[in-house]
Amino acid sequence: MYNILIGGAAGQGIDTTVTILERLLKKSGYYVYTTKDVMSRVRGGHNFSTIRFGDQAIYSHSNKLDGMIALNQETISEHRKKLNENGFILCDAKLQTEDAKAILLNMEEMAKELGDFRVSGSIAIGAILKLFGENLDYAKEVMSTTVKEAYIEINMKAISLGYHLVETRFPRKKGNFQDWMLLSGNSSIALGAIAAGLRFYSAYPMSPSTSIMEYLASKGTETNIVVEQAEDEIAAINMAIGASFAGARAMTATSGGGFSLMVEALGLSGIAEIPLVVANIQRPGPATGLPTRTEQSDLKFVISASQGEFPRMVIAIKDHRDAFYQTIRAFSLAEKYQIPVILLSDQYLADSTATVKPFPLDDFSMEPLPTISNIDAEDIEENYLRYRITEDGISPRRIPGETKAFVTADSDEHDEKGWITESAQMRIQMMDKRMRKLQNLQQELLEPLFLGAESCETLFIGWGSTYGPIREAVEILNQDDKGKYGALVFGDVFPLPTRELIKYSKTAKTLINVEQNATGQLAGLIREYTGIQCTQSILKYDGRQISAEEIVQQLQKGGR
Amino acid sequence: MAHYQTYETAWCPGCGNFSILRCLKTALEELGKDPTKVLIAAGIGQAAKTPQYISTNSFCGLHGRSLPAASAAKIANEELTVIVNTGDGDSYGEGGNHFIHTIRRNVDITHFVHDNQIYGLTKGQASPTTSEGHKTAVQTYGNRNTPLNPVLLAIASGAGFVARSFSGDPQHLTTIMKQAISYKGYALVDILQPCVSFNKINTYRYYKDRVYYLDEDHDPTDKMAAIQKSMEFDDHIPIGILYYEEKPDFHQKNPILSKGGPLYQKNCSKKDLEHLITEFI
Ligand SMILES: Cc1ncc(C[n+]2csc(CCOP(=O)(O)OP(=O)(O)O)c2C)c(N)n1
Ligand code: SF4
Ligand SMILES: [Mg+2]
Repeated sequence: MYNILIGGAAGQGIDTTVTILERLLKKSGYYVYTTKDVMSRVRGGHNFSTIRFGDQAIYSHSNKLDGMIALNQETISEHRKKLNENGFILCDAKLQTEDAKAILLNMEEMAKELGDFRVSGSIAIGAILKLFGENLDYAKEVMSTTVKEAYIEINMKAISLGYHLVETRFPRKKGNFQDWMLLSGNSSIALGAIAAGLRFYSAYPMSPSTSIMEYLASKGTETNIVVEQAEDEIAAINMAIGASFAGARAMTATSGGGFSLMVEALGLSGIAEIPLVVANIQRPGPATGLPTRTEQSDLKFVISASQGEFPRMVIAIKDHRDAFYQTIRAFSLAEKYQIPVILLSDQYLADSTATVKPFPLDDFSMEPLPTISNIDAEDIEENYLRYRITEDGISPRRIPGETKAFVTADSDEHDEKGWITESAQMRIQMMDKRMRKLQNLQQELLEPLFLGAESCETLFIGWGSTYGPIREAVEILNQDDKGKYGALVFGDVFPLPTRELIKYSKTAKTLINVEQNATGQLAGLIREYTGIQCTQSILKYDGRQISAEEIVQQLQKGGR
Repeated sequence: MAHYQTYETAWCPGCGNFSILRCLKTALEELGKDPTKVLIAAGIGQAAKTPQYISTNSFCGLHGRSLPAASAAKIANEELTVIVNTGDGDSYGEGGNHFIHTIRRNVDITHFVHDNQIYGLTKGQASPTTSEGHKTAVQTYGNRNTPLNPVLLAIASGAGFVARSFSGDPQHLTTIMKQAISYKGYALVDILQPCVSFNKINTYRYYKDRVYYLDEDHDPTDKMAAIQKSMEFDDHIPIGILYYEEKPDFHQKNPILSKGGPLYQKNCSKKDLEHLITEFI
């Protein structure tokens, strides 16, 4: 497995270089995993990406580097210590570094000679391909999908120029992933939503959620999805609820700040029993926090957000593939139980790309909406009861305008018809009816994923995006101490599935929660619902995703 | 009015809301609207109870948030006639931001604001349209803030149908309501509505003495004239259509919706989805 870093200032074209390089490597058969570390600014600062590639599946990033493309001096000083013994620093000769690891190329000069200084990145790409023993077979194909027609030729010249400037240093590894997808976490959510039959998407731009809206908007016309940029997140969620009430599968996404504004409407979805999917792509808070960075600190917030009590479901996304399937599942649960379902992801997953097997479309089918053909006769007449009290708590949902039934929705407590009531008895009946939906939902919860050795002594506990780093950490640790380490990684976090947790906590001696927050929110939830106490925690809240190596190091230091 | 039957209300006897409800039913009847294809939406407040007292589809959402929900319901199903009946506080205060942007969006919905110049449900605090000097339990020295002019704001924001009417003139109100419902795009009718319990200043008599009909002399397609008329309020209050302009609505401007047919019945084919997946390979 190899790992290279591309670093420079904002505006230096890192993104394009990374996009071309990751696609080239994947085309050549590699499994590719790219992460982005960006500052919240449009020019200057220090941004970088790492591309990890190998012939086997890769689950997260790593801080050990085989090489770097340094577009400025800062990249070298910041990341040099991460280089392996035979690691290289590919940089422009103008940086004048005397570092023994440096491969100095006159890239900018050569680019100018070719006719456009901006193609220096492609010279670097050419050099990287050669260093790793690649050929130029896919260069044209990839270029033609990433740069404008007029620039293909000059970029091809640049790649070829760079290719002939260096010698191969690393043996080429032959993977079999050329026909897999290269997918970001947010694109995967968007694809899942399309597959689930999304018809209406409303949102207000907020990093790191915005790329979901951008993707859906770019594909809206061909997929029959209306995408509307709302005036604020309150409008965004109320629009999604209005569309869903009228029969269109609807979704909104945001980050913590926007979610804070959506809170009241979450309760509207709860009491009016209107299916709703909300994705919260977390970033560090409070308030504006670190806008372009990662954190998992909204768990306790989203499970209790909004006044009053109502059933809801919270699903944390574990990786890029999971994002697709959990989004589909979110739509299906929201509709089945007529509840809000919250998807929790974060900047790490949102902006990173992983190699994912193309989704087989025959694997799933969404339930059709309640159309006239699949409903009871009594529910299409004027005496239809939108909030009929039923055993499983689920009342018959109709689409307004489709039948003779008048469809109601009310944010006030209401009777079976949907009219305001203050009757104490009806209040209890309605509360009980809504909360009863949880009984069946509980049966459908997905237990956390278990990794490692069955009879482990040390059990890591995590949720969502720390899945990758935890998985790798367990593999590393079990190489030395076979059978000592295991992990449970939660996807469904609320309601909290407890069966596996109770089982493994009986035998494991040490329970360590690994979370990207300062207070150990999942550990708190586990304590509340099971009484099980984590004995140590590994917590990270600097806005950067924890790596497997850091987990191993922290463990050796005894956690915190 | 067999269709739009009446329910027992929670309004005070003498409240202007009764007349607005009656006019709404008459307007819908006279337009021949099928009640099962009508959706009345509202926020929270006294006015916002209107959907509870008429047999149509209804959406009683959150305080201030009816416009985004109603707009999206219309986007989801163009076959619904979507009408928002709600208060001045709901529309111009809590939902003020949505008011402006709903105008810009121009979804084909009708917005009837029961403007009693007060917060009724919460028992008499100043609303955005409460006049200056009006004393309330909160504005103890009299309201010091300049009242909002909703019709002027609507015209300035680009609304294509802006009207004012009076609950005490049911014939006028019904006519205006019918025109507003028939208008293709967002239509605002600011309805002067006495609140007998909490607004002792802007009474039935107060409005009756001040309102006058806009006649042929007023050209509602003349924006400058409309702006001028919309600034008349204190002693003489013009009622009727202040501004009228035909413009493409949200559905006409949207490439998916302009093809026609309810959005919620459309879909994305497996082939199209497969194509999207291959784009990532
Ligand atoms: C978020 C929120 N804030 C405050 C309230 C309390 N509240 C309910 S109605 C209302 C004002 C009603 O005034 P208006 O919209 O003019 O309606 P009216 O009762 O006068 O018809 C207020 C402040 C609420 N329900 N929700
Ligand atoms: S409080 Fe005012 S607005 Fe409300 S019902 Fe009574 S009179 Fe009408
Ligand atoms: Mg009012």
